[in-house]
Order: sequence, then C-alpha cells, then structure tokens
Amino acid sequence: MMDQLLDLTRQLLNGLQVGSIYALVALGYTMVYGIVKLINFAHGDFIMVGGYVSIVAIPMLVSNGLPAWLCVVAAVAVCSIIGVVSERAAYKPLREAPRISALITAIGVSLFLQNLFMIIFTPNGMPFPNLFDKTPIILGKIQVSKVTLITIVVSILLMVGLNLFVKRTRVGKAMRAVSEDAGAARLMGISVNATISATFAIGSGLAAVASVLYCSSYPLVDPNIGSMLGLKAFVAAVLGGIGIIPGAMLGGLALGIAESLTKAYISSKVADAVVFGILVVVLLVKPSGILGKNVGEKV
Amino acid sequence: MRKALSLVAAALMLTSLAACGGGTSSSQPAENPSGSSESAPAENSGTSEGGEILIGVITPQTGSVAIYGQAVENGVRMAFEEINEAGGVAGKTFRLEVLDDKGDPIESTNAYNMLMDEEIDFLLGPVTSKPALAVMELAAEDGIPVLTASATQADVTSYGDNIFRTCFTDPFQGSVLANFTKNNLNLTKCAVLYNTSDDYSAGIANSFQNKAGELGLEVVSFEGYGATDKDFKTQLTNIQSAGAEVLILPDYYQTAALVIAQAREIGLDIPVLGPDGFDGVLDVVNESDVAILNNVYFTGHYFTGDTDEKVANFVQSYTEKYNTSPVAFAALGYDSAYIIAEAYKATNGDTDFAAVVDAMKQTNYPGVAGNVKYGDNGDPIKSVSVIEIVDGAYQLSAKVEG
Repeated sequence: MMDQLLDLTRQLLNGLQVGSIYALVALGYTMVYGIVKLINFAHGDFIMVGGYVSIVAIPMLVSNGLPAWLCVVAAVAVCSIIGVVSERAAYKPLREAPRISALITAIGVSLFLQNLFMIIFTPNGMPFPNLFDKTPIILGKIQVSKVTLITIVVSILLMVGLNLFVKRTRVGKAMRAVSEDAGAARLMGISVNATISATFAIGSGLAAVASVLYCSSYPLVDPNIGSMLGLKAFVAAVLGGIGIIPGAMLGGLALGIAESLTKAYISSKVADAVVFGILVVVLLVKPSGILGKNVGEKV
Repeated sequence: MRKALSLVAAALMLTSLAACGGGTSSSQPAENPSGSSESAPAENSGTSEGGEILIGVITPQTGSVAIYGQAVENGVRMAFEEINEAGGVAGKTFRLEVLDDKGDPIESTNAYNMLMDEEIDFLLGPVTSKPALAVMELAAEDGIPVLTASATQADVTSYGDNIFRTCFTDPFQGSVLANFTKNNLNLTKCAVLYNTSDDYSAGIANSFQNKAGELGLEVVSFEGYGATDKDFKTQLTNIQSAGAEVLILPDYYQTAALVIAQAREIGLDIPVLGPDGFDGVLDVVNESDVAILNNVYFTGHYFTGDTDEKVANFVQSYTEKYNTSPVAFAALGYDSAYIIAEAYKATNGDTDFAAVVDAMKQTNYPGVAGNVKYGDNGDPIKSVSVIEIVDGAYQLSAKVEG
C-alpha cells in the first residue's frame, strides 16, 4: 500500500512536470486565440527556436563568467521578436481574410521555421547543456530532480504572474478589451495593433521559458521538437477552454497528469491515443472546454 | 464556436501530416567517385569489356537518421573509389547514383522508382528498416539484386532470394542481448522499453522476450512509447518499481540518450542494453554528462579499436578521408561495396540480374565487420561484438553468439 502511494506520488510529479510545460505553451495558444481568433500553429516551433537560441547563447554566457541559466533572457528576447515579426509579416495582412487562410498561413510559418532551423543547424539533434545541478533531491523515499521542481515552481509563478498582469495592468486591460470587441476598443483609444503585438510577444516569451525548462529535462534539441509538444499544448488549451487563461493552465496540468497516469496504470502504449481521445471527447461533449461558457457565435 | 472548432480539428490533422513530412525535399545529383570522373560515359550493356556498372544507392541524407545515411554513403564511396582506382572489375568501373529517402518509406519508394527508371544494375540500400521493407517488396518483383548494408529488421530479406544484407538481423540482436544478460552480466530480472510504432524496436523487443523465456530470464516489465515521445519518466518509474535489474532499450541513439538521461535522473542506475542503433550516442550527450552512459552496452557490427589489420587499415584511411571515426554503418557500407564487387568479379562483369544474384549467394567475404557468408536466405552468419561505454569511450566488452 505504502509502495503504491509512493508510486502514485512519483507518477503525479512526472505528470505535473510535463503538465506545467504543456500549460506554459498552451497559454501562448490561448492568449493569441483570445485576441485574434487564430490558432497559431507556429507556436510549438517557438519552443524549438528557444532551444537553439539557448544552445548558442550558453557558451557565450559561460565564457563571460555569467551563469548559464541566463540563456533564458536571450531565448525570451529572440522568441518574442520572432513572435511579433511573424504576426506582422504573416498574420496581420490576413486579419480580415477568412479564418482558414490565417490558419493555413500559421502552418506555413511552422514549416518555414522548422526547415530554416534544419538548414542552419542540420537535422541532427544537438545536446542541450546542463543548466542545473544534476544531484537529485531526496524527499523521503522519493528521488526528484531539481529540474522537475524548478519546472513546476517557475511555471506556477509565471501563470500567477500572467493572471495578475492581465487583470491589473493597463496593457492587460487593453488585451481583454481587444479580445472582447476590437472595434469598440479602438474607439476607446486603445491601439489594437500594439496590443496584438504585445500579446504575441508575451505568448512567445512564455514559450521560450517553457523551451529552456523543457530542454533541460529532455536535453536534445532538433528542428522538430516543437511539433508534437505544440499539438499537445493545443489540446490542453482546447481542453481548458481556448481563449481563457486559467483554462490553459488547468488544461495543461490535467493533460500532463492524465498522460502520466495512463502510461502508469493503463498502458504506456496508448498514452497518445488517450491525449488525442480527450480532444475528441471535449469537442463532442463540451466544445467550449472545461472553463468555457457556451456563447453563440457572432454572425 | 462549433464551426471554429471543426476548422481547428481539420487544421490539427493537417499539421500532424505536415509534421510527418517536415523535411526539405532535394534529390542529390549523381556524383562520380573521383576514380571514374574522367572516363567517358560508356554504353552500359552486355558483358563486353569496358563500361560502367551503375549502382543505385538509397540513403537518408536528411532527417532524424541522417547520421547513418551519411556514414553508409561515406563507406560505400570510399570502397568504390578504391575498387575503381584498382582498375574496377572485369574492365568495368562502378558509378553511383545516390538518392535521399529521409528514412521515410514513401520517399524511399519514390527513390527506388526513379533509380529503376535510370536502369541501375544493382541496388544498395535503403539504410533503415522501414524504408527497406517498403522497397524490398518492389525489388523482389523486379528481380534486381539488392544488398542493404544495415537494415536489420527480420523480414527485409524475406521477400525474395534476390535480397541480401551485410548486417545481422534484429531478432539476432535481441537473442544476443538475452544471452549477454544471462551469461555475461549474470542478471535475471529484465525490463523492456520499446518504441511501439517502430518495426526495428518492436522486432528486437519481441525476440529478446522469446529468447529470455528460453533462457529462464524473467521479464518483469514490458513497456512502450510513441515515436515522438520525449518523456519516459512514467515508464521508467514503473520499471524501477518492478525491481528490474537490467533495461533493454531497443531504439536509436537520440531516443536512447533521452531515455538514459531520464533513467539516471530518477535514480535508475541499472545496466542499459541496446542494439546497434545506440552507436553514435556519445555525440548527442554533453561531455560533462558522459557518466550517465556508464553501464550502457550495445551490440556492434565491429569495433573501431579492434587490432585486426584489416579493421585498423580501414579505420585509418576512413579517418584520414572524412576526418571522423567510422561508425559501424560506415564499415557495413564499405563491406557492402566490396561484396558487390566480388559478385561482379564472379560473373566476370555480367550485369544480368539472375547471374549476379547467383554470384551473391556464393559470397564468402572477410569484411571489416566480420566474415560474410550466406546460408539459406540473404542473412549473413556472423558473431556480434558487445560494446560497453566507459567514461565517454567505447570498449569491446565481449563477442557473443546469437
């Protein structure tokens, strides 16, 4: 009994770690969807970009006597810029176009980024340097790596911070206003373009943080690492209710734990089927997600 | 809202498709090995003196298994350059036509069709098992002699008697690992963790399980994962709880690096045994982390540190030419080229498919990666080197029979 409890705790921790990464990435999907009603399929690839930026930045930081984890600053900066630039270059011209056009463009941006990095860095995986001390932390009978704890703690802090930011600051207020009614927001003197840019920058920045945490746990970066992670985070966003920030967190953590428990207690061979099965069930039963309200679409 | 979400579902399918084929598509132009680049392209018919024998080569040059494709190609090119410089076979030189399959069965099939349109005399490749399976079925119908350097999946040679390989097979590796567990490591409680969507991985996992049963080993945990998974801690935690003493991990080096890192992270320090796909794993682990690879063993076709003269010469000239040490795939590519040359020597340059296939069956070639001799089918009879990783270096641990 004791052993089973210990096992369950270990598996829950595993699930929480993966889940917090899903949640961080899902936040980017959900923020962008909330404000421009676009599923930014290139979002997963920002993770990959963040990984490569860190690989380039870390030797520079270390040779200047700075701690390696500061690579997160470089990753956030570059990812935010790429997020904003991709919005300006690829999505903004299509803002009035049918939604499917923007969606296909997002897939295009995703493939563009993957292939660009494949050309620059070759398709072979590159090892990701160690950011954190590898000695595990022993909690009673459970051995947990520092990366796992750091991932969970940093993610929770960021999510709480983002919530406060959206609720309390002027930019956050502008975001909510634009997402509710862009036309009215513009009439109130809010710069819609600047607000959308800010949303993309923050979403991509969060993906960059997720990227550094993810690559620290799974230390191999290749040009395709973002695609599956992006898809799962997207499922998390839909599960929680796309467009709703707390929903993305809840969806991410729920998905991570569901995946982990499926692997542990049902079969490790069907975990992906369960994850995507959850998406199908959510779409059938409650398409607006766990926290979503059923609102009629404006015509 | 419903409309939006059905749109999203459609897009989801699209991206997953796109994710599967996310490589750049570029076919490589044909390159002459330097030895024959000066000679005029001669008529390619009959058994007359002079002329060229056109070898079609399919390798992954991009994608996640590109490292193998490049190694095989390097070995093949080096061997044919040597053969051509020495005057070729029966007055003929070899010319290569190399196409990229990205390790993907569809790309591989396309490459095969393109090569057949160019009327190749012999097909060398594909490098990995899944594309090989796709191609062999077609090749068996066409009757063209085929030699794969490194596709280890069991069924590859089963499609026809015109199909041969230079490497040992997956099931063979699984039983070698079982023998090694029992006789060399003296352990009994085994865990298997394999990629459920990969024939290569599943083939070894199953044969290990069968052989383990025969030998009286206990498989306490039999876990799987998907091709794109990066997180294995859940399965590893299960394996840890099951009290496994040794982990069998049949996959390629990139996944192996991730799995082993996570195993060590949760404190699972048991020996990890893998197939030939582990070769190259040191390149994808940080130098400061090589300690996690201690207690890792894998089956190898040959060992670069072998003092045998043939091996040492090969390693030296390969290293001089490419500035990198030859992995097993390079040695297999090199051997494959010589096996092909031997077959044409036996036919005296005749490129008739049936004659070349008959000559291939009589192969008895002492290669860099072991003697190659064919039994009832196209699978060679060989012994296997088990290689251990010690503080960031490969060492020969034992030679094991399957």
